[in-house]
Parts: sequence; structure tokens; C-alpha cells
Amino acid sequence: MDNEALKASLLPLNANLTFEEGGEWVNVFVPYNELKPLLKTLQGEPDLYFNYLFCLTCVDWKTHLTMVYHLTSLKWQHNLVVKAVLNRENPQIETVCDIWKTAEFLEREVYELFGVEFLHHPDLRRLILTDDFKGWPLRKDFEDPVNMIKL
Amino acid sequence: MHQVLSSTPEGIFTINVGPQHPATHGVLHLVITLNGETILKIEPHLGYIHRSIEKMCESLTYRQFIYVTSRMDYLSAHINNHACALCVEKGLQVEVPMRAQYIRVIMDELTRLASHELWWGAMAMDVGAFTPFFYAFRERETINEIMEETCGARLTMNYMVPGGVMADIHPQFQQKVKQFIAGYKNKIAEYNELVTGNVIFQNRMKGVGYLSTEDAISYGCSGPVARASGVACDVRKRYPYDVYAQVQFDEIIETTGDSFARYLVRIREMEQSVRIIEQLIDNIPEGDYQAKTKAVLKLPKGEFYQRVETARGELGVYIVSEGGTTPYRIKFRSPGFSNLSALNEMAKGGKIGDLVATMGTLDLVIPDIDR
Repeated sequence: MDNEALKASLLPLNANLTFEEGGEWVNVFVPYNELKPLLKTLQGEPDLYFNYLFCLTCVDWKTHLTMVYHLTSLKWQHNLVVKAVLNRENPQIETVCDIWKTAEFLEREVYELFGVEFLHHPDLRRLILTDDFKGWPLRKDFEDPVNMIKL
Repeated sequence: MHQVLSSTPEGIFTINVGPQHPATHGVLHLVITLNGETILKIEPHLGYIHRSIEKMCESLTYRQFIYVTSRMDYLSAHINNHACALCVEKGLQVEVPMRAQYIRVIMDELTRLASHELWWGAMAMDVGAFTPFFYAFRERETINEIMEETCGARLTMNYMVPGGVMADIHPQFQQKVKQFIAGYKNKIAEYNELVTGNVIFQNRMKGVGYLSTEDAISYGCSGPVARASGVACDVRKRYPYDVYAQVQFDEIIETTGDSFARYLVRIREMEQSVRIIEQLIDNIPEGDYQAKTKAVLKLPKGEFYQRVETARGELGVYIVSEGGTTPYRIKFRSPGFSNLSALNEMAKGGKIGDLVATMGTLDLVIPDIDR
């Protein structure tokens, strides 16, 4: 499916979708509390069949955080980027690791680097940093007087 | 193949493998829950060489950050650089000269060969055969010498720049590569005779560390690990970059999903790499080796994603740009990270002695996982 056809087939799925123009692939914003059902449909629907989550990350925009899910369909060879805006003070979003198992590790990484809490995650612990680490290092306001490189 | 034994609470215990353990090839820490010799659960603990490359890149310019990425998957350093260069070029919309594209792809495949060589030697050593290690390093040394001559370095080549390659190839480059390739073909036959056909080796690998097609997709596996489970995921075929669209090669797919399948995929991939180099080495076009770019690069506001096939699988570079000289946010989707997340699924229900065979065929490079 090309980008236009993909857009058209996404519209009936959720009334609150907004599209971001530019970029190589279709970028779609969804309210964070409606993300989980949408992704479930994207994976299950035979015409869309996004069975491969190849990148899950977060971007700190200083005023808010944006979760970014890169999806592809190995069968149909189309790609989609789904985004959800979270507030910075208490970011919470449903886990997707029951849809794609790879999300379990990727969400643990986002949790410790950005402080996003994934609801109903089976094992939300720090993965890379030490257990007593303070702060969310990939947020823009993180300061480390010893180890930071600044130019 | 895949069974979880019933267990009594008294017989269950936990052991640590790593962070310093010869079979992990780096500082990886596995906490394994065992019932007798049977593995119930594996929990990887990461981060022993975490340097936060993603944060570091946020303060480096688009010319500088490429060199940091050589330190992620240091066995595919050249391919990491390639991914970053392609991503920046996508943002700048630069046309890379054909000569540079040819050189890049030849270098990529040489890197892949060197990486698979090291994997083959190290994996044979893991399961008890010491000699293959020396055979593998003999050939790898030749590749490193070719790299050193043209790039000036043996491991962290840093030969790519946005728009092409940093310098032209050494005058002897073509001749040396051809010489190497001519001798190398017999070597793969030798490897097959030495290790692949060995009955002891096959008994050690077959039916061990099984990963189903569904799990390989769900865990986001890529590269030889996924292809051994029957997932067609070669980025060079599906989303060709540079001259990969013009060369003839086969995507190697096995369907058994065990350690031996992953072994076979890599061995046969080496043959394909040789095939690609053979097609290109005589036809490197004349011309510039670098497109003209500005001294200070500024990417337009937006998001850019580029994936390439490293020796381990699909590497993704995700750049979020605010229009400045440095990336606003950068994310590396590393193949090893996703492949490692499937380890629990592969090893569960198997014996602890087989774990080494499973891990050996995962071909983990720890800096790639920790970043």
C-alpha cells in the first residue's frame, strides 16, 4: 500500500487521528489513551498487518514527550510511524509488549532514559543503568556534572 | 525441541553467567534460573559498557557523529558509518557519485566477511574446536590489511563522510581484493569440510535454541537470526541502498530455526558477499569519490530514518532535526538488542550446556547492545 492508500485506510479506524506532513512515511498522531486499541487493530487487520515493530523510542520536546512507534509489515512492505504526545510531569502510556514481544525490552529502555511509565508492563525495571541511578538521562534538562560532553 | 519440564520448588536455583565470561564475548550478564540442568528463565542485565552514544551525538555535528558510531558494533564499523552517512544524505538530498557508491558497497561486504570470519572462529571455539579460530583470523587479517591500506585503520575505519568516502582507494586496492577473493573461495569449502560437515559439531547444534517464525517477527529479530527462522528480512533486498539494487545475490533463508540453521545462513552469506564483491570490483567507475557538500552541514527540520543490513541485522538510524548543525535527537535501532531479547525464548526448556551454542549463533556484540 502506498502512503495515500495507507492514509485512507487509517481514517476510519479512529476519529482523533491527525497526520503530520513531510517525511518519507505516513506520520500519524493519536491521543495517548487511544494508542493501544489502534496499534492492536493495525497489527490484526489483514490489509494492514503491521506485524513488525522495528523501532520504539521517545523524543523530549521540552514542553512534552512524544512516543514514536515505527511499524512495518513484512507481508505488504509498507511502513507507518505512530506517535503519541505525553505530558512531561507524569508520563504514562499503555504497554504494547503483548502485541509485539520486542516492546518489552524497548519500553524498559525508554522507561529508564525518559521516565515514561508503561502501564501493565510485566517487568518494568531499569535495563541499562544501575538500580540507584537518579534522573532521566535522555531528557533535555538532564545535567551530569562529571560525565557530560558539551561543545 | 521446546519443552518446559515440571519442577519442584526445592530444585530451582539461580546462577550468574558473566559479566566476565568467555562465552558472552564481552561484558554481558545473564541471570539464569535453573531446575537441575534445565533452563527455566534467562534475564539479561545490560549496560556494563553503556556510553550513551545517543546523548553524545546530540552535541556533535553531522560530520562528527558518524565516527562515534564505529564504536557501537565495532565488527561492522564501516556499515554503521554507512547508515549514518546515508541518513544525513537523505536529509541533505545529496546525490552520491557512482564511484563512491561502488567503493562503499565493496567495503561493506568486506566488513561483513571479516565480521562473519570472527564469528565463525569464536563460535567454533565456544563449542570446543580451537583450530578454526586461527584459520578464521588468518583470512580476517588479510581483510584488515586491505582496510588499513585504504582507510588508514583496521577496525574503526571512519572512511565514510556524508556525500561519499573520505579519500580515494589505494592504487593497489582492486588488485589486492581480487587476489584475496580468488584464494578465499577455496577457504569456504575448507570451512565446510572442517566444521560444517563434522558430525560432532552438527549434533551439538541441531535442534538447539529453536526460534519459531512467529517469535522471530514478534521479537523484532533481524539479520541471520531471523532469516534462519524463515523471515525474509534482508534490507539489501527489501530496501536497497547505494548500488545494492544493481547487483545479483541471493537472500539466504533457512526454515529450521535452530542453531545449525543460523550457522548455515552465515556461512552461505559469506559466499554471497564474495559474489557481490566479484561483480563490483572490476567495474568501479571513474569520477569523484565525494559529492560537493558545504563545510558546515545543516539538515532541514524534520525526521529521517535510514536502515541498512549490518553483519548482525537491521541497523536503523533515526534523526530528528530542528534545522541546526547538530541532531536534536538521534536513535540507533541496534540489531543485537532485539536479537538478545529473544534469547529467553530460545534457551527456555533447553539444557544449560546448550546455551553456549545458542549464544554463539546469536553473534552478539555487546557495545552494539549497550550503545
